[in-house]
Amino acid sequence: MRPGRYRLAMAALLFGTMAVPAHAATIQITMQDLVFAPAEVSARVGDTIEWINKDVLAHTATARNGDFDVTTPPKKTVTSVLKKAGSVEYYCRFHPNMKAVLTIAP
Amino acid sequence: MFVRLSAAIAALSILGSAALAQGAKPTDPQIAHIAYTAGVIDIAAAKQATTKASNKDVKAFAQDMVRDHEAVNKQALDLVKKLKVTPEDNDTSRTLSKQAADKLAELAKLKGADYDKAYVANEVAYHKAVNGALETQLIPSASNAELKSLLQTGLKIFQGHEQHAEQVAAKLK
Repeated sequence: MRPGRYRLAMAALLFGTMAVPAHAATIQITMQDLVFAPAEVSARVGDTIEWINKDVLAHTATARNGDFDVTTPPKKTVTSVLKKAGSVEYYCRFHPNMKAVLTIAP
Repeated sequence: MFVRLSAAIAALSILGSAALAQGAKPTDPQIAHIAYTAGVIDIAAAKQATTKASNKDVKAFAQDMVRDHEAVNKQALDLVKKLKVTPEDNDTSRTLSKQAADKLAELAKLKGADYDKAYVANEVAYHKAVNGALETQLIPSASNAELKSLLQTGLKIFQGHEQHAEQVAAKLK
């Protein structure tokens, strides 16, 4: 389920650096045809989300509780680091019919 | 409220009846023309709003409309070029354009908060009417798979715009 996390941990070990915390993973969430995929994602505080916008439209990933608000230009990828734990419903401000959930463990 | 509702119903029935009046479902070249025209209309309304609107949410919404509809119409143009289809003007497109020109002139006379409210109310009604036409007329009538798929994506985008417009309208009250 989380091969990215495992690889990162291995890389940290191999390079003998603790610059990247061993538990931090990078998780990809795509925005395509006005759908966030996967619609439900589990992550941890400190993980990085790569928001990959494959549409010709700008989108946002906006937390309903105000924890994050990321804008992704058309055909671009934007990264953000999760700072707060919680089960966060988020949506696109430009297209509020786009909705998904991020569950962030401490 | 009555005016808004009846405008939406009128637009819907015009889209429906113009297609029916021809005694057959619209052809792909006609569908492409109607969809493109619907986008051009919303861009013109939004450009008027970017200069006339006073509320910042309304202004931002108008900018979103210009950006999205221009992007969608560019995709539509790319597709018709690829399919070697020439969009064909038709009664539905003409009626839509005429109605939109009248609406634009009506909105031009308003100012301040009155303008903001009227523009956003019309955006809700307009997107509702276009989405209804896409669902019941244009998507079912489209025969080319790529055109159908573009219209389906368009429907999702415009449903998003409808919800966005409703949120902006609710904040203005």
